[in-house]
Order: sequence, then structure tokens, then C-alpha cells
Amino acid sequence: MKIIYMDNNATTRVAPEVLETMLPFLTDLYGNPSSAYSFGGQVARDIRKAREQVAAFLGASPEEIIFTSCGSESDNTAIMSALNTGKDRMHVVTTRVEHPAIKVLCNELIKRGYRVTEVPVDREGRLDMDRYKKSLTPDTAIVSMMWANNETGAIFPVEEAARLAKDRGILFHTDAVQAAGKIPIDLRQSAVDMLSISGHKLHAAKGVGVLYVRKGTKFSPFLIGGHQERGRRGGTENTAGIIGLGRACELAAQRLEEENTRVRKLRDRLEKGLLDRVPNSRVNGGGAERLPNTTNISFEFVEGEAILLLMDEFGICASSGSACTSGSLQPSHVLRAMGVPFTMAHGSVRLSLSVYNTEEEVDIVIDRLPPIIEKLRGFSPFWKPQAQACASGT
Amino acid sequence: MWEYTDKVKEHFLNPRNAGEVEEANAVGEVGSMACGDALKLTLKVDDDGKIEDAKFQTFGCASAIASASALTEMLKGKSVQEAEKITNQDIADFLGGLPKEKMHCSVLGRQALESALSNYRGEAPKEQEGEVVCECFGVTDKEIEKAIRENNLTSVEEVTNYTKAGGGCESCHDAIRELIARVREEEAPIKKPKLSNIQKIKMIEETLEREIRPSLQQDGGDIELVDVIGNRVLVSSLGACAVCKASELTLTHFVEAKLREHVWPELTVEEVPK
Ligand code: FES
Repeated sequence: MKIIYMDNNATTRVAPEVLETMLPFLTDLYGNPSSAYSFGGQVARDIRKAREQVAAFLGASPEEIIFTSCGSESDNTAIMSALNTGKDRMHVVTTRVEHPAIKVLCNELIKRGYRVTEVPVDREGRLDMDRYKKSLTPDTAIVSMMWANNETGAIFPVEEAARLAKDRGILFHTDAVQAAGKIPIDLRQSAVDMLSISGHKLHAAKGVGVLYVRKGTKFSPFLIGGHQERGRRGGTENTAGIIGLGRACELAAQRLEEENTRVRKLRDRLEKGLLDRVPNSRVNGGGAERLPNTTNISFEFVEGEAILLLMDEFGICASSGSACTSGSLQPSHVLRAMGVPFTMAHGSVRLSLSVYNTEEEVDIVIDRLPPIIEKLRGFSPFWKPQAQACASGT
Repeated sequence: MWEYTDKVKEHFLNPRNAGEVEEANAVGEVGSMACGDALKLTLKVDDDGKIEDAKFQTFGCASAIASASALTEMLKGKSVQEAEKITNQDIADFLGGLPKEKMHCSVLGRQALESALSNYRGEAPKEQEGEVVCECFGVTDKEIEKAIRENNLTSVEEVTNYTKAGGGCESCHDAIRELIARVREEEAPIKKPKLSNIQKIKMIEETLEREIRPSLQQDGGDIELVDVIGNRVLVSSLGACAVCKASELTLTHFVEAKLREHVWPELTVEEVPK
């Protein structure tokens, strides 16, 4: 069975070009970049090149790039560094819809005596800017705000938010894990102090991430060990991963255009095809400015996990904000923060595309998914076909 | 993704008996949209009390669908009395087990069955019994206690797996912990507090004085405590009792019974010569 992969916000396939770049470092070129001899020195040169590639991709300079093991490590490092260097500042500002790498850390910080403000979002997942402004206090050590949401694709006005923080002398971090490679990022004129990205979300390998730290920002390392990354992140480099990530960033820059034209068109076609065919469905966050590759659709009166497992029968990979797919019992905190009604939140499906998806695949999903919803609604106690079809005007 | 048994997968992919039984005479509806799962069970019971047909409708995940499908299969052909005995564990067993986080799906099946059978008997739909403990999922103390009892649950996490209570904001966790402690307490074997020897002798004396001697004295007899060794109570009969042929019976049937009732359940009474 051919796999139709539409879960690219969870992880992406490694681009063949990236794999090719990585392979020598998993075979012949295994030298340690910290070694004195030239066998290691060559690897060090390639890491330097990767650092330049990543920096160019972000509009940063190479000294501002710290390689980490993943987006979560980058996020944790940014916040802990701000608190460690923040001279008694005990307040963190974040949003209600952050990734667990931030959310769970903030819960932990509360236990340690810090104050955390989670800025709310509206029904479409847009940030409440008034509340954001009010949340900034002289005691605030850092703002950490995702650039784009992993579940709905909603984009936050990060540049504006960063400027507001900077004006008040507050550090600003953004988790750009979902945004990188899908919308342009240029840190040259930006007020962003720190930024996280993750390799496996942009067709590099798993296990490599980046933390950008603007020159002049006070920094306290999270992982203390060797002198790697100029002492800002001790530990032997994931050389193949880093070198692959450099190449992936180069590719991502080249593909930004395609993401915003062809991929966006595919996403729109998919979305429209499904909404047209399935009554009582809606796009979560459809009213917000969104990533070009993401759609999050709720199908009323059916449950997400059941949908995903039936899609799996056709080799279609997607994910859901339904409670039943996770260990928890509450549907996605993102959808709840947006006030999506329970009936809708439980029946949500996220489809996230990449440059590797084709029109043919989109058409297959448009073909397969509506009968799945129909089947499940066929025995849903809440689904009354005629009445509801009329009410929704279809 | 959850690890489901082949049987769960099979019942999920090809659910048996989905829909509504026409002219059902037993209908049970449980769950709610807020909880993310709901189940409606419709049964047709014939004049002999045998379940002729069973169907379900559900808003729920794969294991909720499989549990409902399994339940309807188990019900068909059974008598109402047999159906009453089906437990949530039976449903899970039928499916070769469910992930522990999904046990509440089988509980939902059991609840729908209960509700359908009480509807069949013409009982008014049960008012929600007890007080809501978990606001997030609308679960009452009675439901939680029942789940604890029937499934021998010992932690909040287990209670959540079976009832959903506590799976949201977690503010009810303390209340759930108290319920677990309360049920555990009830179930602990009733232990009489241990008596010290002095206490035991004192209580025996008192009981003899209050409950026993007045009756014996009415018949012209009497009794005297000689010694207490462990649970052996050594006594001597006096007056009429000393010569009475039935004195042995009096000792076991009357004296011993009274002492056991009022002092300690393991006491034995023995006659010793004065
Ligand atoms: S009240 Fe029980 S989980 Fe929220």
C-alpha cells in the first residue's frame, strides 16, 4: 500500500539531498571535530559550513547559532537562560497554545515559584494583543511565543510582539519550529532575541535543533560540559545531523516559494474538497493568517481517533486533536483555548502537507475521507442526517 | 497510536450491530459529548425475557466502537437475567483486553446495559445519584465508588482510566483520593480492637454482673469467675447451678454466648471445681 503522508507538522521525511550530505559523516568521515588532527578538522570545517548555511537561512550571523539536540532543548535553554541571567525577574509571558516543550516547562516553573502569564487567543487562534501588552511587567524576564501553531498553523505577529517586549527591556524568544521553511524568517532587522528551530520539521534528521541567540544577549548554558559551541552547549556534536541540517536549511530557503504557491494551492484544494463533501465540518483557525501547508478540520459528531484509524486503512497518515489519540482525556489544549466546542474538538483532523505531496494524493484523500466520516456518523447517536444537512445549508 | 488487540481492531473496522433496533423495548443511553464518548444501546427482548436483537450507536474512539460491538454480540440470545451479570471486565475480556487508559470504554458499555435493562423493567430513568466530584467530566462520587469497588482500584490514575474522572483539570484529584481511602476502609475486614488482659477480665466481670448473674440468681444459682487464660474463661457454678444437670448447657448456650457477644468473639467457658 502506498503511504500518503500528510502529517508533516509532526515530522518530515529526510530530503534525499540531505541524506546524501549526511552519509559520509556516518561512514568514512567519523572524526571528532574537536580533534587536533586533520581527519577531525575536515569535519569541523563542514560543521562551520552548516553553521553558515543555517545563519544565512535565518538572516543571522554564524556566531549566533547554537546547535542543540532538538526544538525542545532549544526552547528550554532559552527560557532557563533568561531566568538565570534575569536578575530576580520572576515572571514569564507565554501563550495558551504553546507546544509542551514550553507549556510543561512553565508548569514546572510555577512550582518553583515563578509567575507565568498565558496570553489567550480568540476563536480563530489569533493572539489577543491587548492582553499581551497588559501582561508585560517590569518583573518579566522573558516572553516566549511560538511563531506558528503546530495544530492549526495560525501565525502570531511575532515581530510586533518582540518589538513591544524590547521597548520594555524584556527578552523575547520565539519557538519557530513550525514556521521555519514555511514562511520567511529574517532576523536582521528583527527584535527577536532568541529563536528555536528543529531539524526534523524541515526535512533534516531527527535529533538536531538550533537555538539562535542574538549577539550581546546574556546567556547561561543549559548543558554544561565540553567547550563545544563556544561553551554554550557542551557535548559532542551530532555531526551528521548538523551537516544535514545545514543542507536542509539551504533547500528550505529555495523551496519557500513553492511552499507558498504550489503547496498552499494543494492545501486549499484539499480543504475545499473536504468541506464541500462533508456537511457539518469547519476549519479550525481558518480565519487566522496561517501556514501554507496546514489545515485542521473538525467533523462534527464523530471522534478523531476513529477517523485516523480508518484513514490508516488506506495508508493515509494524519493526526488529531482528539483526546482519545493521546494519553489524556481532554481534547487538544489548542482547540480548547480557541473555544472550539467539544463536539468539534473531539472530531478534529490535522492534515499537514510538504513539497513532497502531490495533487493526486490530495485527490485520493478527498475521495476516501468523506465516506469514512459518513460511515462513523452512520452510527453516531448525535447525527441526525436530514435535519442537520438542512441546518448547514447543504 | 494505541496497541489494540486484533479482536478490538476487527470489531472496530467491522462493527457488528451498528444502528438502532426497530421497536426496541429496552433503550439505554449513557455518556455525553463533553466526555468524548456516548453510547446508545437498543434491545428487543421477547416475551420469554430473551434478548432477540441488540444494536448500538456510539460517538467514540476505536475502543468505544469495539466495546459496543462486542457487547451487542454478547447480549444476543441471552436472557435478561444472564445479561444483568455481564461486567465491564467481561466486555474487555471478550475483546482480548483493552489498553488500561481505555477501560472506561468498557465501563460505558456496562452502564448502557444497566440503563437499557432498567428501561425494560419500566423503571423511571435513574436520576444521577450522588454528587458530582469531577466537574470536567460530570462524574459523581457514587460512580467513582462503584468503579473502585468493582475493579479494585487503588490510585487516581486507575480511577481516571475507568471513569474519566480526574482526566481534565485535575482539581478533583484530592476528592478522588479520599473516595479511594473511604472504600478501602470499608472493605478492610472488621477488626475488633485488641483487648489487654486486664480489660478483658474487667469486661468479663461486668458482663457476668450485668447480663448473667441476675438470671442465674433468679433460679437460685450463681457463677463465679476463677481465672482467665487467653480466651479460656474459667468459672465455678454456685448454689443451684452446681448441682443442676443442665449446668453444662447453661454454660455454653447462655454464659459463653453472652460473653462472646459482649466481650470477645473467641472466648470459651470452662467449669473448674471450686
Ligand atoms: S474536575 Fe475532575 S478533572 Fe477537572
